[in-house]
Formats: sequence, C-alpha cells, structure tokens
Amino acid sequence: MVDVLALGETSGDGLDPITGELVAAARTLGGSVAVALLGDGLAAHGEQAAALGPDSVLLAESPALDGTSIDAYVTAFEQVCRSASPGAVLVGKTPLGQNVGPRTAFRLGAALAQDCTAVRRDGETGEVVASRPVYGGSATAEVAFTGDAPPFIVMRGRVCEPAEPSPSTDANIIRVDVEIAPSDIRARRVESVKQDIQGVRIEDASVIVAGGRGLGGPEPFERLREIADLLGGAVGASRAACDAGWIDHAAQIGLTGKAVAPDLYLTVGISGASQHMAGCSSAKNIVVINKDADANIFQEASYGVVGDWRKVLPAFIETVRELVT
Amino acid sequence: MAVDIIVCVKQVMDPEMPASAFRIDPDAKRAADAPGIPPVINGFDENAVEAALRIKDEVGGTITVLSVGGGHAMDVMKKPLSMGADALVLAQDDAFAELDARATARVLASAVRRIGRFDLILCGRQASDWDNAHVPLGLAEILGLPCLAVAQKIEVIDSSGVIVHSVTQDGYDVIEADMPALVTVSNELGEPRYPTLRGIMAAGRKTPEVWSADDLDIDPDMLEPGVRIVDLYAPESSRQVELVQGEDEADAGRNLAIRLREAGLI
Ligand SMILES: Cc1cc2nc3c(=O)[nH]c(=O)nc-3n(C[C@H](O)[C@H](O)[C@H](O)COP(=O)(O)OP(=O)(O)OC[C@H]3O[C@@H](n4cnc5c(N)ncnc54)[C@H](O)[C@@H]3O)c2cc1C
Ligand SMILES: Nc1ncnc2c1ncn2[C@@H]1O[C@H](COP(=O)(O)O)[C@@H](O)[C@H]1O
Repeated sequence: MVDVLALGETSGDGLDPITGELVAAARTLGGSVAVALLGDGLAAHGEQAAALGPDSVLLAESPALDGTSIDAYVTAFEQVCRSASPGAVLVGKTPLGQNVGPRTAFRLGAALAQDCTAVRRDGETGEVVASRPVYGGSATAEVAFTGDAPPFIVMRGRVCEPAEPSPSTDANIIRVDVEIAPSDIRARRVESVKQDIQGVRIEDASVIVAGGRGLGGPEPFERLREIADLLGGAVGASRAACDAGWIDHAAQIGLTGKAVAPDLYLTVGISGASQHMAGCSSAKNIVVINKDADANIFQEASYGVVGDWRKVLPAFIETVRELVT
Repeated sequence: MAVDIIVCVKQVMDPEMPASAFRIDPDAKRAADAPGIPPVINGFDENAVEAALRIKDEVGGTITVLSVGGGHAMDVMKKPLSMGADALVLAQDDAFAELDARATARVLASAVRRIGRFDLILCGRQASDWDNAHVPLGLAEILGLPCLAVAQKIEVIDSSGVIVHSVTQDGYDVIEADMPALVTVSNELGEPRYPTLRGIMAAGRKTPEVWSADDLDIDPDMLEPGVRIVDLYAPESSRQVELVQGEDEADAGRNLAIRLREAGLI
C-alpha cells in the first residue's frame, strides 16, 4: 500500500527526466511515494530511481517490456497497480505515459485527468486536486475525483522542477512479478522510422527559433536555421507552418507537438494561439517578431519588435552575427 | 476485402474562434456558448473521416459515423456524409450532455455494440474542447480491441490486418495489429477533402439513426462522472513585453539583437 505511485520511465541507460518530475510532484501530495519502472534489465535504473528519494522503487521486468508493444506496458502496469494499491497514480504525458495511463485507468475503473500542470492535496478535504489547461489553453480547470479507485493524473512534462538525485537513499527496491501472455500483445511495432536531426534536438535546445504561417513559405526557415546555428539552437514551428509542408512535423511546438522550455524562444510570424503557447509558455524568455501589434503572442513575450520579418530579420541576423562571433 | 468502418465524431465549439469570443460561465464551470459562432466537427475527427474515405476508396466498404451528445446541429453533423460517409448514428439524450471521458467511452461502446459488425473504429487523436485524448483509449479497452494511437497513415493489408504509421517525437513507428482494431488519427494524415455537390445532395436525403439512453440500455450509473470540476478560470499571463523600437524596421531588428545581448540572452 503506497500513497502515491509514479510511473517512471527509462531512456537508454538512464531515466527519462519525467521520472524526477513525477517524484517531485508526488512529494507535494504527502505520504509514501513509490516509483514503478517497467522494462527488461532494470537493476541500474532502479538504483537511479532510488536516488531520486522515493520511499520505494517497484521494478517490473519482463522480456516483453522491450518497447515494441504498448500493450505489454499496460498489462504490466495494471498488475503493478493492483499489487501496490496506491491512493493516487501519477503518469507523465510522454508517448508511453499518455497511452499507458488512460488505458490502465480504464482497466481499474479509475478516473483520470489528462495533461495536468499542477497537482495538490486540498487543505480541508484532503482530496487530490489537479489543474489542467482546457479549451486549447484558453481556460484552466481544477478537477477532483470521485469513486473508490485511485485517481490517475497525467502530468505534462517540464512543469515541475525534477527531484535531484542524491547518493544517500534508503529507498527499498522491490521486484514485482508481472505476467505478460502472448495474447496480451495486440498491436506491435515492426519498424521505427526516425528523421535525421540537423544540429541540436529541439527538446534539449536552450535556444529555439520558431517560425509560423507569417513566414509564407519554406525558404524563410533557412534564415531561422542561420540564427539557430549562430546561437547553438534548434528550429521549431507552429502547426500551421508544419501543415503547410514548409518544415517537418517533428518541428511542431504546442499542445499536439513538442513541449519545450528553452531559455530563449524567438518566434517569427507566429500569432500565439493558445494551442501553440501550450508548448512554449514554460520558456524563460519569449521574443517576438510579428507585424501585428495585437497578436496574442506579445502578451506572453519579454521582448518584441512590431514589424515585417522581411525588413527586421536581415538586420537582426547581421547584428547577432557580429555580436556572437 | 471490403472493410466496415465506424468513425467517432464529436461536435465541439469552434477552436479557431477569436480569443475575444471565448467566455467562461463560472457557475456552470464550462465554456459559454459563443453567440453567432456555430459548432464544428472536431478537427482530428475530420482527419479520421478522411482516413476512412481513403480506405474505402482503396478497398471498398462502408463508413458509419457515430456521435454521442446532448444535442447535435444537424448541418454540422451531416458534413461527414457529404464528404462521402454512408450512414450517421447519433446517440443523443439529455443525459449525454456533459459526460466525462469515461462515461463517453461507455456510451460509445454501447452504441458500437448496437451497430454490430465492423472491422475498424477510427477516432480523432483528441477533442479540441478538453484535449483529453482519452475516450478512444477507453473505448478500445471496453471493447477489447487493439489500440493504435496517433496515426498519420492507415493501410489495410488484407481482410484481417491493419498497418498504421504512428507519429512519434522524431518520425513515425510502423505498428501492426489484427482487425477489428481501433485507430486514432492525427492531422499529419493530411487535409480532409471538401464535400462535393453530389455528396451534399446525397447527405441531404439521408436521415440519421437517433438512439436515446433507453434505446442503448444505458444504466445511469454508467454515466456517473469520475472527474468533478472544482473550478474553471481564465489563466493570466504575468509577462510584460518590452517593445524594441528603431528608426525603421531594420533598425529595430538591430536594436533587438543588441537588447538581447544586454539581457544576456544571446
Ligand atoms: C486541437 C488543436 C491542437 C492544436 N495544436 C497545435 C500545436 O501543437 N501547435 C501549434 O502551433 N498549433 C496548434 N494548433 C493550431 C493553432 O490553433 C493555430 O491555428 C496555429 O498555431 C496558428 O499558427 P501560426 O501562428 O503560425 O499562424 P497564424 O495564426 O495565421 O499567425 C500568423 C502570424 O504571422 C504574422 N505575420 C504575417 N505576415 C508577417 C510578416 N511579414 N512579418 C511578421 N509577421 C507576420 C501575423 O500577424 C500572424 O500573427 C492546434 C489547434 C487545435 C484545434
Ligand atoms: N461525444 C463523442 N462522440 C463521438 N466521438 C467522441 C466523443 N467524444 C470523444 N470522441 C472521440 O474520441 C476522440 C478523442 O476525444 P477526447 O478523448 O475527448 O479528447 C475524438 O476525437 C472523437 O473521435
């Protein structure tokens, strides 16, 4: 019996950053915290999760948990939840979490709140309350949960400061037996096709230069790439620019694209629709070049120029080049 | 190897409406209806209809559009028919007005069972009201179907199998499953086709099936919300923008670079 169970995630030999973020969020709810890890060969990951300071780490290992089928993870997580009988479950809004969380919740008859940016325990009632953007980010909803099953909360990435690993820890590492039958596997990945990434990965970039419909075509993205290269950053885009085919969809920032939190997010020709801002409002500084002074994005920006990028950008690039080289 | 497809379609308020038209009804804790701005079919659901039409164009079959709600605007809901879908089923009842994701999935499952035969269920990846991305996963669990999420391409390989290109952070995964299966569709699939004049005429002649909670044998317990809205409010932005000026636009661009340098951002 644990108070809060967080579904940790691995990434190669290490942990995905969401793991530390979920431990930090779980801590704010009070009580005992367990991190579950699902995979094949997790000994080292288990130690790393223990260092994040939970009370226990639950390791569910099986050769079926090799990343080729989400079904295996749903089957395993259901069993982990049944054996740990948590008071609440936290899952990350990651490719894995956003599938495993809702599907496991359904198997347990549990209610779930998707894409939450904060979670707390109500001071008076003691119930878990989650906040989440709705209507594309135009409103924030605070939701509580009914029923006896543990509430499932899917946390958006990069909204909590992650728990820091510390070498001294007394977390128990517990192995949980899970059984995954061949008949549990219904959908299977047979191939993974990855785009070649030029330069820095958007997710890791501390500088992102993003373009939107206002750029009018694919060529101006070459100019954005120049700026990104000068600043050691990556190029991003609005959905409108991706849908138009000017840049690959992998560059999309926003609610249904990537969520990023760079130090500098420079936008050119992006209006700042709430669904776009959902992916970048955690940026430390948003800088805007847009010809429409009323564009929504100015309201969330630290610095901006009202003007046509065709006139603003060449001088901007030239000056940046002088300043940084 | 014709396939029978059910497409789940939700009617939502227009997410592209001007920000100034968006109002919160604080007592009802929901978005107030925007006067004069008609509802639309959820964008990703139009992508799902398009996906179904492409499969039908390729291998033949039928497309049944299914929607759950308290009420439906008929001209909006008929759009998939005018794009080329064959039939429209509305699970419509006052009791279905403000369902959460779990209850919606339960009602959809009852309606799917009543429709009976199908090879594929297609849904949008998420509905633009609450951006839940939850209903289809639940529907697949309730019906015991393989669930393939966020497709940008769907290929029916033979009478029993489906291959989906599923959007990932940096490309796509190729996922295989047996049919019947449930697939959620994303905008990367491409633009939905426009209704044709012939399609609009044909849609005009079709009458939807309308099923109530009683018709579907829905027990009120099934509709109990699992999520209770405690509060709904407009988020506030705390940032104050510093507009950088110049003699002309080029000068402003130069000054912006200098200002960012001063602020230590570049
Ligand atoms: C469910 C859902 C999910 C969505 N998910 C996302 C998402 O993940 N990411 C996303 O980005 N969008 C998303 N959207 C779409 C979003 O609502 C907007 O439609 C989109 O972000 C608009 O892109 P934009 O700002 O590039 O285009 P627009 O809104 O058309 O803005 C273009 C801007 O360029 C400016 N401009 C034009 N010409 C010039 C010039 N010469 N110089 C300077 N400025 C100029 C204009 O003033 C304008 O502000 C989603 C929508 C829905 C319904
Ligand atoms: N009331 C509904 N009627 C029909 N389909 C729905 C309904 N609600 C959700 N869906 C389907 O489920 C998808 C995801 O919705 P959601 O989980 O609410 O974000 C939508 O794109 C639809 O395909």
